[in-house]
Amino acid sequence: MSTWQPGATLETLSARASLLADIRQFFALRGVLEVETPLLCQAGVTDPALEALSVDVGGGEHRYLQTSPEYAMKRLLSAGSGDIFQISKAFRADELGSRHNPEYTLLEWYRLGVDHHQLLREVADLLCQLLELQSWQVWPWQALFEHFLSLNPHLASHQALADRAGEYLAQPLPDLDRDGLLDLCMSHVIEPGMRDWGMVFVVDYPASQAALARQFDRNGVALGARFECYVDGLEMANGYWEAKESDDLRARFTADNHNRQRRGQLEQVIDERLLAALLAGLPDCAGVALGVDRLLMCQQKLSHMDATLAFSWSRA
Amino acid sequence: MANYSTNEFKSGLKVMLDGEPCSILENEFVKPGKGQAFNRVKLRNLRSGRVWERTFKSGESLEGADVLDCSLEYSYTDGEFFYFMDSDSFEQHAAEAAAVGDTQKWLKEQEKYEVTLYNGSPISITPPNFIELEIIETDPGLKGDTAQGGSKPATLTTGAVVRVPLFILQGEVVRVDTRSGEYVSRASRH
Repeated sequence: MSTWQPGATLETLSARASLLADIRQFFALRGVLEVETPLLCQAGVTDPALEALSVDVGGGEHRYLQTSPEYAMKRLLSAGSGDIFQISKAFRADELGSRHNPEYTLLEWYRLGVDHHQLLREVADLLCQLLELQSWQVWPWQALFEHFLSLNPHLASHQALADRAGEYLAQPLPDLDRDGLLDLCMSHVIEPGMRDWGMVFVVDYPASQAALARQFDRNGVALGARFECYVDGLEMANGYWEAKESDDLRARFTADNHNRQRRGQLEQVIDERLLAALLAGLPDCAGVALGVDRLLMCQQKLSHMDATLAFSWSRA
Repeated sequence: MANYSTNEFKSGLKVMLDGEPCSILENEFVKPGKGQAFNRVKLRNLRSGRVWERTFKSGESLEGADVLDCSLEYSYTDGEFFYFMDSDSFEQHAAEAAAVGDTQKWLKEQEKYEVTLYNGSPISITPPNFIELEIIETDPGLKGDTAQGGSKPATLTTGAVVRVPLFILQGEVVRVDTRSGEYVSRASRH
């Protein structure tokens, strides 16, 4: 195989260029400032589901290729930047497949004074324009489990979840904690089930999956103010009404590191500059990260991410 | 054997699963942006030929299987075992009937077969896609019927029965597709 050649057609590369121009135009019209933040930072990420690539920068120092520009962008927000967006490369170790490339392009933006419900409307506006879609739906996370698996995921026992997942999947299931089982149901049953649903926003995630979103209580159930956007079952974007208390985030990062320790992963340095910025004051805002390569897959009806990339991981 | 982590999984990799040697057919990486990564894997059990589907947490690993595919020549059977020979080293490998399976009806002496060895013993035998065999029994055809596309059963030296055109006669050598079990043509003259 001649691996010097690009894996994407010139037509696709041209569609990529147009897509980037359209995104910039969308934000220019809305007065959102384009920013650039570093890819190589002194802190990585504590989230056990993400593994940042570490780079030897000489002098015994290692820096981390950012898994998203989130932390640096929040520092800009705390410094008074106002609404901002960024199109940048992001890196995640070991994520390789038809929908993943370890090096990929992310569009991330933050809007001041809005919550995640308001922000998801803007995501819908952008995607309706870029994908020529007319409509979209909002589904509570719980309702998806009720629809596809006939169970209430907040109340179901670990065993009940495992039994139901086992009806859909080849046995035996891998050894998973509760959130792992929920992720298994989501990625193996619900996502494929949404294959012809068009644009769907999933909201009201359980607090255990809030990541860096605010947490709130509804009828005694702890939830995260987070949304995920799917297009035909392909996860496209992930947004939060941003948690802004420094102590709260420190506690979440510390809990992440406990989970890492428990799972045999390396603990990660907490980004003290981010926490200092939050202490100085992050404005009320909501933010979202959107996978540009996946957007291009969707727009160009390509089934493998490699076909959107000039040089995918194996050709790079 | 070495262990292979999910991120080394690829089509063709031979691994042990539930004590059985398997070949990976497909490996799909699935991961919610904020959540557990999985590998959905399809594997062929090399002993039974069955396809298994299994989901692993990314980062889990499987032991490699000591499996070797080689091209061996069929020698003979003693009724219990079927003997295949490496034509370079002249080493003989005895295969049980279970390993030979359906390939038994395509076994021809001196023909080369793809033999899968697990821990040194044959566990599956794959015939060449096309094989030439002599017809030992078939009804006489009707003259002048060549264009009608009619067919009749014919028994080959190996015991396999294939449908052949009416003009093909007993004693002729025919070329057969072993994947479909269908007649292809008269054999080329040697």
